[in-house]
Amino acid sequence: MATAPTSEAILAGTGAPARSGGRSRLAAHLPRFVLYAVLTLFCLYYLLPLYVMLSNSLKPLSEITAGGMMALPGEWTTAPWSAAWSSAQVGVEATGLRPYFVNSILMVVPAVALSTIAGALNGYVLTKWRFRGATLVFGLLLFGCFIPFQMVLIPMARMLGLMGLAGSVPGLVFVHFVYGIGFSTLYFRNYYAAFPTELVRAAQIDGAGFFRIFWRILLPSSGPIAVVCIIWQFTNIWNDFLFGASFSDFDSQPMTVALNNLVQSSTGVKEYNVHFAGAIMAALPTLFVYAVAGRFFVRGLMAGSVKG
Amino acid sequence: MGFLDIKRATKSYGAVKVLHETDISIEEGEFLVLVGPSGCGKSTLLNMIAGLEEVSSGDIAIRGRSMNGVKPAERNIAMVFQSYALYPNMTVRGNIAFGMEMHGIPKPERERKIGEVAQLLQIEPLLDRKPGQLSGGQRQRVAMGRALTRDPDVFLFDEPLSNLDAKLRVDMRTEIKKLHQKLGTTIVYVTHDQIEALTLSTRIAVMYGGHVQQLGTPKEIYDNPANMFVAGFMGSPSMNLFPAKVTGHEGRPAAEIRLGDGSLARLPFAQGFEGQEGREIMLGIRPEAITDRDGADRNARALQVIDARVEVTEPAGSDIFVVSQMGGRDVTGRFRADVPVRAGEHFPFAINMDKAVAFDPKTEMRIS
Ligand SMILES: Nc1ncnc2c1ncn2[C@@H]1O[C@H](COP(=O)(O)OP(=O)(O)O)[C@@H](O)[C@H]1O
Ligand SMILES: [Mg+2]
Repeated sequence: MATAPTSEAILAGTGAPARSGGRSRLAAHLPRFVLYAVLTLFCLYYLLPLYVMLSNSLKPLSEITAGGMMALPGEWTTAPWSAAWSSAQVGVEATGLRPYFVNSILMVVPAVALSTIAGALNGYVLTKWRFRGATLVFGLLLFGCFIPFQMVLIPMARMLGLMGLAGSVPGLVFVHFVYGIGFSTLYFRNYYAAFPTELVRAAQIDGAGFFRIFWRILLPSSGPIAVVCIIWQFTNIWNDFLFGASFSDFDSQPMTVALNNLVQSSTGVKEYNVHFAGAIMAALPTLFVYAVAGRFFVRGLMAGSVKG
Repeated sequence: MGFLDIKRATKSYGAVKVLHETDISIEEGEFLVLVGPSGCGKSTLLNMIAGLEEVSSGDIAIRGRSMNGVKPAERNIAMVFQSYALYPNMTVRGNIAFGMEMHGIPKPERERKIGEVAQLLQIEPLLDRKPGQLSGGQRQRVAMGRALTRDPDVFLFDEPLSNLDAKLRVDMRTEIKKLHQKLGTTIVYVTHDQIEALTLSTRIAVMYGGHVQQLGTPKEIYDNPANMFVAGFMGSPSMNLFPAKVTGHEGRPAAEIRLGDGSLARLPFAQGFEGQEGREIMLGIRPEAITDRDGADRNARALQVIDARVEVTEPAGSDIFVVSQMGGRDVTGRFRADVPVRAGEHFPFAINMDKAVAFDPKTEMRIS
């Protein structure tokens, strides 16, 4: 900090230390004040939808239909939340979103775990045990990342049928696992490419085999990229609608599909407060993952090398 | 048959041959240095000995046992890498123990071994630190400690000192030499630094362009280079190489050279070149064989003093390097520091032809 201008100085648009004395001081701080004011406005703007969802999910339907969308609840109630969770009409049954939330968890946890492990192994092999055609394999995997979802729907449906996994949660796990391998491989390959190969060679001479090197040498240094991969996969798989809608039956639908059914299937009055509560429920797990692991996310994206 | 035998070993990556037929054989307890400019295939050869790279053709044998198809861990070798390759997630203790753990050595035995090498290398206070908390020299020691626990047949070093600063490099060089004298283990050591090669080795293989140019003791390599590459690469300042012509002088064969002022000088050979008058050669003379008259070797048999113009003087404390033109090239001599030599003046140069070598200018090979 002795040689580089401080971040505040840069924000304030001046590299020189602010002179003391009333007017010049004010002039020096004004740009920063404006900057923060603008940022705060943006922030409020982005938070507004969340506010609308939260406040409307906590008021009786009558308050919403009376036109009080933006107001805080006059009468606070958690009834819409419990309705959305356990008793609202979803499709043909009045089960609430709970069984579908469970479906999503049962789908997302194994799918994320499997695709992350597969990506790590792929990255390890592609960088440290290079074989003839490794570049081609990686190219094809990358290509897999960018195939539009729609294209694989029919072949995948056929595959699932052949494997006897059609319309089941394990079927969804399989689909997301396969689709996730491309990205997780990309992440881990690039991370391990910067991992010193001499470490692998040293471990070979020390007598460690393929899996031992992976487990004892590479994995302990893979925290940052694993976090990136897990967040990425979790968000994508949890939020996926197309695969969920295409490959599930009534009893294996994930949360996103169930939320859609909840909103669509209310006969008569639209229970907006219940819909808002359900939508927040559907978003909570990804928010939770970001809150827990988010600060590692940027760090992992930035980490290019492992210091040896 | 030696202790480590490299027999017609080659290495190709696809169509590119990075190591041509190589034959090296050394005895138990030798210190072999592979030296050459970067990219010449030293690390490749070392990795082939380690089993980290497969041999494309030929064979490598240790203790008479062919190593083809033998895994690195089963060759009873230990290796120290240029980047030290310490496992960043383990403590120093963990790093040293890892190899023993992989070989199924029981814990008490491991602890005893760690204690031994830690004491030998004076790294006891560092045992519970992570590699990230160590200085370059300390990491170097830990890397050697890890190798030492193996009681290997052969130690392999790949440029172990090149990441250290100059002072530390010299200290560690001495320590490695001491270690070798103490343990007597066979060592193969890769470096691009010819001084390291000369100071450490019992045998040197000078490599260039995927070929071993010469294999010999440091003295052989220094005094009798096999070709112009070896002559120019080994020694600092490097050997003077300049064109000359074979003539006669007082009935003996001599080398005729043109000096900077256009005059000709004749340097009688110590031996050889009878009946080869008129042949063009490249003469190689090391700076310490070109001296002031009183600094010359008293035992020299073929000492010739010639007057030549001094182009530049470069005082270097204990010596003064004096540059003159011979055969159209800058030729450096090493004079004693207190000799009153000045640039632009003529001065007597004593040339010790006992130490001169000659090369064929076309093939660049030694003429003996
Ligand atoms: N995996 C590889 N594929 C192709 N060429 C390689 C590979 N590894 C090394 N080489 C080439 O082999 C030559 C020798 O490399 P190396 O043994 O590392 O040289 P050095 O003497 O500097 O240690 C270099 O020209 C290098 O480009
Ligand atoms: Mg090298």
